[in-house]
Amino acid sequence: MTTLTAPRITKTPYTVPSPQEIIRPAMEGKQDTMVLNMGPHHPSTHGVLRLVVELDGETVVNVAPDIGFLHTGIEKTMESKTYQKAVVLTDRTDYLAPLSNNLSYVMAVEQLLDCVVPERAQTARVLLTELQRIASHLVWLGTHALDLAAMSVFLYAFREREQILDIFELVSGARLMTSYFRVGGLAYDLPDDFVPTVAAFLDIMPGRADEYENLLTGNPIWLERTVGVGAIDTEAAISYGISGPMLRATGLAWDLRKDMPYCGYENYDFAIPTAKNGDIYDRYLVRMAEIRESVKICKQALQRLQDLGPGPWTTTDRKISPPPKTEITHSMESLIHHFKLWTEGFKPPIGDAMSAIESPRGQLSTYVVSDGSPKPYRVHIRAPSFINLQALPHMAKGRLVADLVALIASMDPVLGEVDR
Amino acid sequence: MGLEEKAGDMGIVTTSLEYVVNWGRTNAMWPLLFGLACCAIEMMSSQAANYDLSRFGMEINRASPRQADLIIVAGRVSRKMAPVIRRLYDQMSDPKWVIAMGDCASCAGVFNNYAIVQGVDEIVPVDVYVAGCPPRPEALIDGIIQLHEKVRRMKLNGEFKPLEKRERIHV
Amino acid sequence: MDNATVVERLRQVLPDAIQKTNEFRGVVSIFVGPEAIVDVAAFLRDDPDLSYNFLENLCGVDYLGRDPRFEVVYHLQSHKNRHRVCLKVGLPERNPAVPTLTGLWATANWQERETFDMFGIAFSGHPGLQRILMPDDWEGYPQRKDVPLGGEEVAFTFNQDQIYAHKPFAKE
Repeated sequence: MTTLTAPRITKTPYTVPSPQEIIRPAMEGKQDTMVLNMGPHHPSTHGVLRLVVELDGETVVNVAPDIGFLHTGIEKTMESKTYQKAVVLTDRTDYLAPLSNNLSYVMAVEQLLDCVVPERAQTARVLLTELQRIASHLVWLGTHALDLAAMSVFLYAFREREQILDIFELVSGARLMTSYFRVGGLAYDLPDDFVPTVAAFLDIMPGRADEYENLLTGNPIWLERTVGVGAIDTEAAISYGISGPMLRATGLAWDLRKDMPYCGYENYDFAIPTAKNGDIYDRYLVRMAEIRESVKICKQALQRLQDLGPGPWTTTDRKISPPPKTEITHSMESLIHHFKLWTEGFKPPIGDAMSAIESPRGQLSTYVVSDGSPKPYRVHIRAPSFINLQALPHMAKGRLVADLVALIASMDPVLGEVDR
Repeated sequence: MGLEEKAGDMGIVTTSLEYVVNWGRTNAMWPLLFGLACCAIEMMSSQAANYDLSRFGMEINRASPRQADLIIVAGRVSRKMAPVIRRLYDQMSDPKWVIAMGDCASCAGVFNNYAIVQGVDEIVPVDVYVAGCPPRPEALIDGIIQLHEKVRRMKLNGEFKPLEKRERIHV
Repeated sequence: MDNATVVERLRQVLPDAIQKTNEFRGVVSIFVGPEAIVDVAAFLRDDPDLSYNFLENLCGVDYLGRDPRFEVVYHLQSHKNRHRVCLKVGLPERNPAVPTLTGLWATANWQERETFDMFGIAFSGHPGLQRILMPDDWEGYPQRKDVPLGGEEVAFTFNQDQIYAHKPFAKE
């Protein structure tokens, strides 16, 4: 057999500047360019993002994002809670898509436990995360248009978002921080009027998406600000670790829902929208198409829920999921399980697990290490916003300051997730 | 049979200066366009069509602290962000007010850890605390109305006339 | 693509690099030394059959009281084969350092800075290894296990007067 040799390492040409790289020459007296601080309090940075921008006139020579102004210590705090209690903290990372965060984390813990989730819970998870995707894209759409001075889209988008939040409130009692997905299934069963409420929303949503597109898709000002601005190609996008709609806008149809299915996504019929230029306009088109695809998935999931009928919504393994309240009153064993779960928690075997889902912003992975105790030894969240934001300098170089604003909006970063 | 009866015909109304000033302050209280975390999304919701904060004269957010009267600290304040918030507060012109929106801004909420300031009242003086994680838009609107009520009780020299016991808040 | 093939291929090409392998819940973890990580990652990326072209995740773990104490975990993903492998590098307690992967993937830049910020693991050859999430003047590495979580004592009715007496409330 011939011995293979390792290939010569090809270096990536893509770099990420650090703020110091821009600040230091300016402090030492570099005169030909101007250094401008944008943020952390700035109306168009979608949170507390600070950008150190090096300008030549109005042209961006270099830009370096400075993050950490919202660092919350979520990963470390999760290590001090039991597995069930840590679900609450995952809500607060990406606060535009709390259900996606819940799902990624509980899937990682379920993988550690090797636990089987019932069909009804899986379907509800698909349905609710797709609704979450629509809600998240609506906030992106509203704020993106607002940044490019189109105020009315924001009001329209939030009108539909409120309806989705009403659905979340119906199932979990909370508008935003739902914590509805628990290890083993759902927190409680779906309410009776869930199906008609969602069906009513799904009926109106495609028409509403048309309304937004009427306002923006052919709008000359919108086209002028977005077409050809901030383009990135697939090779660079992969080197920067970009995922989600930003990657698909470059032409690569990589979507975990299709490529590495979870929660039974392989049983649903939907398309992966892509575009080819990777500029701001293409990202807009991809996300708008995703809203429509999500509606399609939701409709199928709703039909599945009705076909399945009532059934268990969480695993019947009482070592993981607590027994129903009615059982506790007359079964000693149930009482013991309940007591053990809420005082101590469950203990997964020693090992580590990684789960990855397609969140509205991209590939959201959670890495959980168990040391056999009831508390996670280490939780790491691979936040898509954090990774995607690194590509900002690459896309912004040579553009105008005004394009930088459009660019940030099109990346849809959530600073809670960037800083965790 | 007072002055009003005669002066009213001339288009003159008599009242205290305090009342007029506070009326002006409460009905055009411009918040700083400033969001930190999850609560900022609910703040956006309350400004959108469904909850419509502009009913209370607050539809306009100022991006510059020099033009703002009110800073709504919407979300958790990290150790890195704290000096920035103090600076923004110092840049606002008097009179100025602070609403700590949500549990994180009020007392750090679930994040009792190294990274988060344990309540924004360590950084800036707070007028109204709004509970909730995150508070619903209704809760924020209620907090704003409470603040308006407080402002109505301000005297011109900056003193505050506290509520008497069992006195109802008229909203 | 299955886990055994990846390990097999890697054993053929870089026979000295693999310290041990471990499979848990369908994902194979390949333990390599810090000196071999760039070669292994580059091979996994550039080999046309394996083609692990996407550095999905990079993070640190602190196993306090164990030798080696620190571990840097890399998750590589192959868009072509729809497969994931995990590389792990153990690092000693004193001066933990590992070569950077920024030469292979630009995305390693911030993830390595975060790992440095949280665990104090140095990435040699990194173009700008500075704190990223914590303030620049922060002392210590917050996610190490020997660093306490921090925060303040929770105030109840019986102790709130004591706590509030020390709490630094802001002045006008």
